Amino acid sequence: MGPAILLTLELAGLTTAILLLLGVPLAWALARARARWSGALAGVAGALIALPLVLPPTVLGFYLLILLGPRGPLAPLFGVTTLAFSFPGLVIGSCLYSLPFMVQPVRAGFAALGSSAWEAALTLRAAPLDAFVTVMLPLARGPILTGALLSFAHTLGEFGVVMMIGGDIPGKTETLSILIFDDVETLNWSAAGHLAGALALVSFLFIWLLLRLERRPWA
Amino acid sequence: MGVIAARFAGPFGGFALDAGFEIPAAGITGLFGPSGCGKSTLLRCLAGLERMPGGALRVDGAVWQQGATFVPPWRRAAGYVFQDARLFAHLDVAANLRFGLRRAAAGGIAWDEVIDALGLGPLLARAPASLSGGERQRVALGRALLAQPRLLLLDEPLSALDRAAAEDILPRLGALSARFRVPALFVSHSIDEIERVASHLLVMRAGRITAAGPLADLLTDLAQPFAARAGAATVLDLPVTGFDMGYELSLCGFPPLCLHVPGRVGPLGGLVRLRVRASDVSLLRTAAESSILNQLPAEILAVTPAGGPHMAVVLGVGPARLLAHITRKSWDMLGLAVGQGVIAQIKAEALAAA
Amino acid sequence: MKSSLSLLALLAALTLVPLGARAASTTVAVAANFTQPAKRLAAAFERKTGDNIVLSFGASGQFATEVTQGAPYAILLSADEERPKQLIALGLADESSLFTYAVGKLVLFSAKPGYVDAAGKVLGSGSFAHIAIADPKAAPYGAAGIETLKTLGVYATVAPKIVTGKSIAQTYQFIATGNAALGFVALSQVIKIKTGSQWLVPAKDYQPIIQDAVLLKAGEHDPVAKAFLAYLKTPRAVKLISSYGYAAAP
Repeated sequence: MGPAILLTLELAGLTTAILLLLGVPLAWALARARARWSGALAGVAGALIALPLVLPPTVLGFYLLILLGPRGPLAPLFGVTTLAFSFPGLVIGSCLYSLPFMVQPVRAGFAALGSSAWEAALTLRAAPLDAFVTVMLPLARGPILTGALLSFAHTLGEFGVVMMIGGDIPGKTETLSILIFDDVETLNWSAAGHLAGALALVSFLFIWLLLRLERRPWA
Repeated sequence: MGVIAARFAGPFGGFALDAGFEIPAAGITGLFGPSGCGKSTLLRCLAGLERMPGGALRVDGAVWQQGATFVPPWRRAAGYVFQDARLFAHLDVAANLRFGLRRAAAGGIAWDEVIDALGLGPLLARAPASLSGGERQRVALGRALLAQPRLLLLDEPLSALDRAAAEDILPRLGALSARFRVPALFVSHSIDEIERVASHLLVMRAGRITAAGPLADLLTDLAQPFAARAGAATVLDLPVTGFDMGYELSLCGFPPLCLHVPGRVGPLGGLVRLRVRASDVSLLRTAAESSILNQLPAEILAVTPAGGPHMAVVLGVGPARLLAHITRKSWDMLGLAVGQGVIAQIKAEALAAA
Repeated sequence: MKSSLSLLALLAALTLVPLGARAASTTVAVAANFTQPAKRLAAAFERKTGDNIVLSFGASGQFATEVTQGAPYAILLSADEERPKQLIALGLADESSLFTYAVGKLVLFSAKPGYVDAAGKVLGSGSFAHIAIADPKAAPYGAAGIETLKTLGVYATVAPKIVTGKSIAQTYQFIATGNAALGFVALSQVIKIKTGSQWLVPAKDYQPIIQDAVLLKAGEHDPVAKAFLAYLKTPRAVKLISSYGYAAAP
């Protein structure tokens, strides 16, 4: 139980960190795409990113098995025969699965900010990267925090994808939700109840924090 | 003196922009036109916020756009003051002011002077959200100036402000361009605002520049919509030539255009702008003893109906032009005609530095 | 930021839909190893009677847990004989309906041709990174796989390489996609597959996998469920079942 909790927190933390690094710039690019071709591209990209919301985790998990497997493009990059049944594999899967939870709120946040501050920064000698980091990121910190909390909470409770690609290796891929599932399945209800209660409490705290943040006016 | 030369043509939004102009790279040029005529789009092209293919822009010798050359907004020294200030909400006033200063190459516009000229000292530690509209716009002006611009673009900076706030900023605006030696393009749909600060004028209509030239010339040009309108005025930029301590009157200009103005309007030899309302100018056939001090020999250059009972009369006083609004009845009773010599009289009381 | 909340609402709605859709029909819980024959049996039964059978596939242990929680399955086609007995003891199944519909056979399977040899020696070779086995706590084929490893005396060396599938179907997926080099599956899953390599584990190496069927409480008064159970005993059905590599009941 100890290793599973640690592993779950590690997975959620790392996934959130990676999504902050990749998802926020992606959300920015999607929010900025206005020209005809880039707008169309952004539409397709937006739909792809939202796909994990509607795809059953088993379907996504199956594609991930192929993507991470010996015939996929990723395993050779890591110098292994397969990324399934490994922690990096879980991180990749969780990132894909939680991507919409980061991208959607942040994209909406950037869209709500509009181009006012962006243009002002450009006329004040800030190059695009500079303007993005010093103006747009701080102004969008509310939505970014929302995205991070959602991604973290979602990964914390993530089950389907982990089940599909994890292989239940204790300490490596056996997360809290998998452990709960196993306990329930083997009628080990008191252990399952404790874990589930803890997970529910943590998730509640996150959602509660989120709702509080949403009430706060962010300039 | 350098020039700012621009030409931008192409479809834009709902209209076709076809605007070319050349203005001196000094002082304030007013850009006047009705809402939706393309003023803001033109300004955005000048700032590089819009890239219009085929456009061309030179500012005092530097090419900002020409053919394949396009200097991006962050590399061209164009200061932009937006209608809605656009201060960065996550930074306090001081950090907003420093934003452009830190990123610009060293220039001649000093922190202390800008703080002083715009009265920003007491605001430095405040958050933008706590500022009034006028304060915000003053900070925005300071922020743009501190980025060491070679051209200041003012996009209706007063239109969102109440009368009092606008009155606070307008006089400072006129002084800024001269004090910091930055040419400015001042967009407004109010000719009154432009009359108080600009030396040049561009008139824009439906995407085109329809008239361009010194402000005083266009205000008295009957082909333009300014001379005949109610509240019409002309501007005179005159040196202060004397001060009468006993009567507390300043003397401005040289004969034949020499005016008495109440109070001390400026240092001896300094230029003052006098705004002369057409309704404050009356005409005499011949010089007469009168309580009115300012009697100028003038020639009637042109005349046009000014709506209702009024006539707009363009007068030549030496090289300068004045406008007088008089009734048609007066015109007929005095038997006035174009080419005739008259005396234009202006009550000193009605004169004040703009 | 309303969007984040509507996302949550959307997710909630999506997870609720299947529950509502499941309640209305005669539903049979089928151990994953029996997926293919069950589909054909149900289709044949429907053609014959016109009645509707809804099949649900998963691990036997998972189904047993669900039934104790009131899941509305009418029949359980288990992969073992333990679960049906437990459910009978709990009063959740009808003892008189209990019968063995198949005896399963265990196969060591790899997607790589020629990888699994005819004696299963590959298990001791250590040449693989992962071996896939269904969760022994929930799937009888998983327990049989572990038992085989122990019989062959390789369990200690192989244990760290075990990856666990939640059901025998998922275990097959791990192997078929090449993520696990090999693994234990049911003969029924691979009997029609011509590629890869397989070794039919000798029956002496593990306890026979007796697969029992039982009528559940929810199917007590369901004539369609009873008819389907009876249909499974017909010669035609028995022949179809054996064509998937199952042995007949002892």
